[in-house]
Amino acid sequence: MSEIPMELKYSKSHEWVREESGVITIGITDPAQELLGDIVFVELPELGSEVVLEGECGVIESVKAASDLYAPIAGEIIEVNEALIDSPEQINEAPYEAWIFKISPASGQGLEALLDAAAYTEMVEAE
Amino acid sequence: MLIFEHSESGRSNRAQRVGQSTQPLEEVLAKIPKALQRKSAVQLPALSELQSVRHYTQLSQKNFSIDTHFYPLGSCTMKYNPRGCNTLAMQSGFLNRHPAGSTTLGQGVMASLYELQEILAELTGMEESSLTPAAGAQGEFAGVAMMRAYHDGRKDRARSEILVPDAAHGTNPASAVMCGYLVKEIPTNREGDVDLEALREQVGPQTAGIMLTNPSTLGVFEREIEQIAAIIHQAGGLLYYDGANLNAILGKTRPGDMGFDVIHINVHKTFSTPHGGGGPGAGPVVANRRLAPYLPIPMVGRALRDGTYHYDWLKEQDRPESIGRLSAWSGNVGILLRAYIYAKMLGGEGMERVADYSVLNANYLMRRLEQAGFTLAFPERRATHEFIITLKKENQRLGVSAMDFAKRLLDYGHHAPTTYFPLLVPECLLIEPTETEDRATLDAFVEAMVEILQESEHNPDQVKGAPWTLPVRRLDDVRAARELDLNWYNQG
Amino acid sequence: MPFIPHTEAETRSMLETIGVEQLDELFDEIPQSLHAAPSADVREGLSEMEIGQLMRERASADDGVLCFAGGGAYQHHIPAAVWELTTRGEFYSAYTPYQAEASQGTLQLLYEYQSMMSSLMGMEVSNASLYDGASALAEAVLMAVRANRKVKSKRVLIPQTVHPRYRQVTETLVRHQGIELVELNYDLDKGVVDPKSLKISEEDAGYAALVIPLPSYLGTLEDVHTLTDWAHSHEMLVVGLVNPLAMTLLTPPGEWGKKGADIACGEGQPLGIPLASGGPYFGFLCCRQSLVRQLPGRLIGRTRDLENREGYTLTLQAREQHIRRSRATSNICTNQGLMVTAATIFMSLMGGSGVEQMATASHQNTDKLVERLSAVEGVRQRFLSPFFHECVLTLPVAAERVLERLAAEQIVGGIALSADYPELENGLLVCATELRTEAEMGRFTTALTRAIQAEKGAA
Repeated sequence: MSEIPMELKYSKSHEWVREESGVITIGITDPAQELLGDIVFVELPELGSEVVLEGECGVIESVKAASDLYAPIAGEIIEVNEALIDSPEQINEAPYEAWIFKISPASGQGLEALLDAAAYTEMVEAE
Repeated sequence: MLIFEHSESGRSNRAQRVGQSTQPLEEVLAKIPKALQRKSAVQLPALSELQSVRHYTQLSQKNFSIDTHFYPLGSCTMKYNPRGCNTLAMQSGFLNRHPAGSTTLGQGVMASLYELQEILAELTGMEESSLTPAAGAQGEFAGVAMMRAYHDGRKDRARSEILVPDAAHGTNPASAVMCGYLVKEIPTNREGDVDLEALREQVGPQTAGIMLTNPSTLGVFEREIEQIAAIIHQAGGLLYYDGANLNAILGKTRPGDMGFDVIHINVHKTFSTPHGGGGPGAGPVVANRRLAPYLPIPMVGRALRDGTYHYDWLKEQDRPESIGRLSAWSGNVGILLRAYIYAKMLGGEGMERVADYSVLNANYLMRRLEQAGFTLAFPERRATHEFIITLKKENQRLGVSAMDFAKRLLDYGHHAPTTYFPLLVPECLLIEPTETEDRATLDAFVEAMVEILQESEHNPDQVKGAPWTLPVRRLDDVRAARELDLNWYNQG
Repeated sequence: MPFIPHTEAETRSMLETIGVEQLDELFDEIPQSLHAAPSADVREGLSEMEIGQLMRERASADDGVLCFAGGGAYQHHIPAAVWELTTRGEFYSAYTPYQAEASQGTLQLLYEYQSMMSSLMGMEVSNASLYDGASALAEAVLMAVRANRKVKSKRVLIPQTVHPRYRQVTETLVRHQGIELVELNYDLDKGVVDPKSLKISEEDAGYAALVIPLPSYLGTLEDVHTLTDWAHSHEMLVVGLVNPLAMTLLTPPGEWGKKGADIACGEGQPLGIPLASGGPYFGFLCCRQSLVRQLPGRLIGRTRDLENREGYTLTLQAREQHIRRSRATSNICTNQGLMVTAATIFMSLMGGSGVEQMATASHQNTDKLVERLSAVEGVRQRFLSPFFHECVLTLPVAAERVLERLAAEQIVGGIALSADYPELENGLLVCATELRTEAEMGRFTTALTRAIQAEKGAA
């Protein structure tokens, strides 16, 4: 059974989202990393760039598939997890610790549309 | 060992010297600005001729090939590549011809290409051919670009979608996207045919056309093809035929008669040109009257002059509606020559025998594997030139996958069938024996499969750890992707 | 039946196993209405002997021609071992190396090829080849548009000195993806782009890339360092389009300007591939390490097996699907395996010094040829600038007509330019490789003199 922490929010494209003092931290979920398989490369979003709601802002590549990363909220990319450049496997090992990028939101818009743990679990089980 | 590890500075291959110049290099290059002269050393290996020859001969011996092994790769048509085709295509008159040379100096090759154009058109029930696409994927691109040119020519701008069955090969949607289309998938039903109801729902004024293979990628004949053609044509769309599976119907039925407007042929499959470890191929495209004007150039034309035929290129001014050029010259002529020679050796009669015996071999193999306890993906259907078995049951019960079977087959001296394509069938093996294999080989394959099944029951690690007897065991794909090592000279 | 091994007895027995009486029954799923009428041409196939007679006749009709043309296809010496090894059944009839363990020969060879090609280009990474130089350029353009994150523009600058057919092919392949090729004029005296003429205004949306050839189609030498730095200063990616043989003597793309070109591509035919009427050839594509995930086509990586032995495998395959979905798509599925095999063996047999010698001798011979032909009345070198291994001459009469007359003497005298370059009236592109002897150049000079005189007389 995949892990889906209660305190986080989730997007339909399998990202987890944490909000802390106005900063949004994003990574991908346990079901997502399981589907992808061994992750070999992460194309991190560009630091300082502006992203739109649900905009493509990076790629996660495994041996089997290359999956786009989407911004769950519009804003500016203020931090990216450079450790993933050398050790992308951290995402497989600890998906909820291996955050990928952080956004400073343009507005609060978008957060309400995210799923809570129960709704995300339902979505995963239906797939 | 890599070739670079044999290299020793100061060694050179004197037998291959090509310039006896006493002029120092600075003088030779005197008129070339210093800034444009190479400063860094050229790092290619320095070897004796025997070292090179031995190295590459030994490398070749690590390969499976049709000449050495049974190669039942579904949808690849790994039939015998006749040596005569190679030798006759590699005569000096053909090899030394510069493509820019006057065609008066190349009537031999031009006549051969012209005749091949005719043969392909006749065989497929079409009007005209262009031999220029350098590969199947380029042929596909050409076909879709031609459909686009047709609609654009009629100012029919509403046509924005191409339909593709959900079992289609990945290059189909990619080619459609390259031509600026949106791709919509049509589901396949349980018997392996395109779902007509779903098709009717998706078709409309936005439909530019549909891309189909027949027999389909599932290895079965698309029985409703005439209906499909009617539905598409009625809506004003066009039909594109992916010739990957032409081997099954050669001389038996013609895509033109089925209603297709444009076709590409994979000569490296149907016409037995060499696979060469991954190319070169060629993907001639053949069209009916409606789409012929858009064929890529150049094409070969001929005119009667003083009682003899004279062959020449048809270019921009001769084919003003052509979609244009796909290569610098005229495609893979050397490959096309081999295809021509093969076609002439078969003759009309031989073409039909290809379909007869490729289909016989596939049905025989399918029946024997079924009798041995394997699960067919479409048990109620005839095999065409290929068929699918699914190892889903074995996977669930014994934990061995189609990939494990494939790897273990290598130990038994057979190249594995195609695995994991089409994606619709879980744990599948797509098996295509081709017509050039004898019965004893097919029987040996069945025996190997049966033994592997037994091994899976009693000693599954033997299967899961395969192959054991090849130059390497299974390779670490994850490491290959994570620690990218693509260049011996760049190990950093 | 050629190549079909079945005896009648075997066929009968197999039909029995299947459970049908006649072979025809196996085709009963094909609707009656679609069954083909017997071919109008139900001729028996030809035996190898018979087709051999026909093909030998045709080949000899095409043989014995003296070649002084280049234009992207060059007649060079090819050591005998190259094609003897390449046409070994284990290379010739092998498939794409999807089952890596069964294809270590091909895979290791491709890894060696990637390494040699990268070295020649002064770049960090090479793919395992593409169809030809023209499509390699198209793929390089698609790649530059995909990869250039700083510039949103899908416009690419391309000098008119780039091979006309390559420009046409690139246009055909990229036209439906919103990519615009903007041509750069060249200086009519020097035959190269004048860097001083390059201007980009403030309002300009910019360009994703600049293509720079070396040598150009006209044999001339572009100012690669200035152009590269200029392009980089405007956030463009630089695509070098080069002749691989020339790279042994001229500065390779990896060493252009301050940062080096970003992508290098071109036609690999000079490396051991015969002229063969224009194909099969192979295209090469190299790039800097940071762009490797945008490289189309196949890539071979070195790795280890379960027993920690070195092995080779196809890698980064997931990116191929992704490239097919992104900003500029590619549908390429193959490489030119057999041609790359030949090129790799060629480079091994010749070695760095051998390839360099071949380039030097070609350049020397072209130099000599141009000197001799310029001595013919009315013939002069068109551009007052350095050339490498090819050169544009201006004739006193139409080059097309002269070439026709030369063809009647079994000579391919070069490539007439005015159809593609109307401003180069009576222009002829000539080339002499290391193969051309003094006697052959003498014969060509005499024939050319005669042809020009005859044309003048006919005028």
